[in-house]
Amino acid sequence: MSDEELRLKMVRGFSQNVPHNRALGMNIVEMGQREATFELPYDPKLVGNPDTGTLHGGAITALLDGCSGAAVFAALTDLVPIATLDLRIDYLRPAEPHRAVLAKATCYKMTKNVAFTRAVAYHDSPDDPIAHSVGTFMVSTKAGRS
Amino acid sequence: MSLIDTLAEARRNNDYQAFIDAVPYARFLGLTAGLVGDELITTMRFGDHLVGNPALPALHGGTLGALLESAAIFELLWRAETIVLPKTITLTVDYLRSGAPVDTHARGIVTRQGRRVTNVRMEAWQGDRGTPVATAHAIFLVMRG
Repeated sequence: MSDEELRLKMVRGFSQNVPHNRALGMNIVEMGQREATFELPYDPKLVGNPDTGTLHGGAITALLDGCSGAAVFAALTDLVPIATLDLRIDYLRPAEPHRAVLAKATCYKMTKNVAFTRAVAYHDSPDDPIAHSVGTFMVSTKAGRS
Repeated sequence: MSLIDTLAEARRNNDYQAFIDAVPYARFLGLTAGLVGDELITTMRFGDHLVGNPALPALHGGTLGALLESAAIFELLWRAETIVLPKTITLTVDYLRSGAPVDTHARGIVTRQGRRVTNVRMEAWQGDRGTPVATAHAIFLVMRG
């Protein structure tokens, strides 16, 4: 196993062990060099509007936040702690009931202190998004250094 | 009973919790809400399933985003003259410090109420309200249909 494969395997293991990711039922579909694809299976406990069965926006927020963080980890050369600075999410259309939501995130810029991400949530194709997000992350947080 | 009917009844009875309990995701997060003086405060009770970083430990950023979005929606539903389910257009969260594994409170304040869209800013805090763990702003579509 190459260093690269080992690092991505560690990121995968780390993300899978996040309690809230597990509580949501999130799956890691794919990890790339600076990319991550997560899946959020449909679950009645995550519904925001019981009349329509639509997932709550908060579940999509958690999916995009977790997936974006994993993309930052995938882009790091050393596994140092990170912290979300900000996350903007545009909700483009409701998620369809009884269907899993996928998220694909890219860390498109990495600097010494800050990482920049963009991500989309979708059912079938990233070209037909449910939500779009941009985020910034602090790299190597104070909490992690101490 | 539809969600709108549940809310209308909850407002008549001044029982906000009845409405929150009708939303499955709000129950999953462990949200409660109540009036403190004139303010509608939404609280996310701590639970192990909300943790994002077990090493610190700290709340998952997504849970804080969901709490802030919920606090804004609850504020809109509670104050609105006619009840329309707000649709979130955009939400921006600033994460200011890591969320400790304790209860978190949030409040939304309407900054502009338009005919079609409403702007809300939100803040979430734990012990000291003066040092929020996260702030946010959001824009909601508030039209029927």
